[in-house]
Amino acid sequence: MADDLIKRWERLPDLVNDDARLVHRGRLVSLEAMIGIGEQPYHLAIERGRVAALTHGPFLMRCWRFAVRGPAESWRRHWEPTPPPHFHDLFAMSKAGHVVIEGDVQPLMANLFYFKDVLSAPRRLSGVH
Amino acid sequence: MAAPIDPIVGRYVHLTLGGKPHRIYFEEAGRGIPLVCLHTAGADGRQFRHLMTDPAITEHFRVIAFDLPWHGKSTPPEGWHKDEYRLTTLGYAEAIRAFVAALEIEKPVVLGCSIGGRIVLHLAIAHAREFRALIGLESAAFQEPWYDLDWLHRSDVDSSEVSAALVSGLIAPQAPEEARWETLWFYLSSAPGIFKGDLHFYRVDGDLRAQVRRIDTTQCPLYLLTGEYDFSCAPEDTERTAREIPGRPEVTVMKGLGHFPMSENPRQFRRYILPVLDRIRAAAG
Repeated sequence: MADDLIKRWERLPDLVNDDARLVHRGRLVSLEAMIGIGEQPYHLAIERGRVAALTHGPFLMRCWRFAVRGPAESWRRHWEPTPPPHFHDLFAMSKAGHVVIEGDVQPLMANLFYFKDVLSAPRRLSGVH
Repeated sequence: MAAPIDPIVGRYVHLTLGGKPHRIYFEEAGRGIPLVCLHTAGADGRQFRHLMTDPAITEHFRVIAFDLPWHGKSTPPEGWHKDEYRLTTLGYAEAIRAFVAALEIEKPVVLGCSIGGRIVLHLAIAHAREFRALIGLESAAFQEPWYDLDWLHRSDVDSSEVSAALVSGLIAPQAPEEARWETLWFYLSSAPGIFKGDLHFYRVDGDLRAQVRRIDTTQCPLYLLTGEYDFSCAPEDTERTAREIPGRPEVTVMKGLGHFPMSENPRQFRRYILPVLDRIRAAAG
């Protein structure tokens, strides 16, 4: 189950870069973020709306603007085809303590539609093997 | 064949609110028991268009929705640019009561969603005799905040984009795509700072926890309905409020719905609102 979750997450570059609408929405976004899937840290580099690199940790002194981290179970439920209440949205999860958002969240808030779609993109692979 | 035309009529009424003249836009459809609808924060009366085009409702109810000042097609008062907009409990209640009086509506049912759901609790506390029934959608005396309101109005974040993106999470995943994006369109078309100003009422001025036990549901029936996916006003928030009210008004948790039931999924919402309206009709004889 956990392996499947990570496999889906690691397909993020294609899920984002092949989605012209999503790349267009993020065309003004170039930054680095840290995403925690359970114990696994991922450094996410975005360049003009495209995922330039998704790198698996551990990291030494890697920079990032903001981080979103949560237990694998939070992401598993977030990526279900019809997520349950309190797991269906990034801020629903944040309010309920299922993920933690920290750092300089200005670019997250300024591009919130974009980042919500990026972080929920693995949902599109639910049921696909 | 002529193109279809919605049976909705929109007009403007001139009111004095807070000592200043206002031009308030309202829409209505149907005939029968007056049903005044109050939109959510940072939105406008367009959210109720599906109630106004549903013959099962309009055959028995005169459905009326007005845009609060600063919202939709209501003009802000002269000098609006000199002040920061902030909705207050008293200002909100004054607007509703002045609107009802100006249209000479007698004992309406008031249905309010979100901030509208909060203010119907205030109406139940302070003005119950003026209303036939009160319906609170996504209604609670208080709920915990989930983001810093300052993000809603600043120069380095587009206010309409961030408002719509934040509330997008309050819509249930089951919402049809078209209705979801129409709901978000209302937020995308709101003026900067207005959503934030409405939430001043929600978060700062309108905490009703100490007052809801004064509600007397025998004087005016109160119906509370909350979507299961609403995490801003979650079902637990509504249920907690209901437990504080003598007579414990009924709480309906609406499956597959979020914070905007009337616009995010009109077909699903009517399954819940029609029985409530039927009961109000039955009580009216």
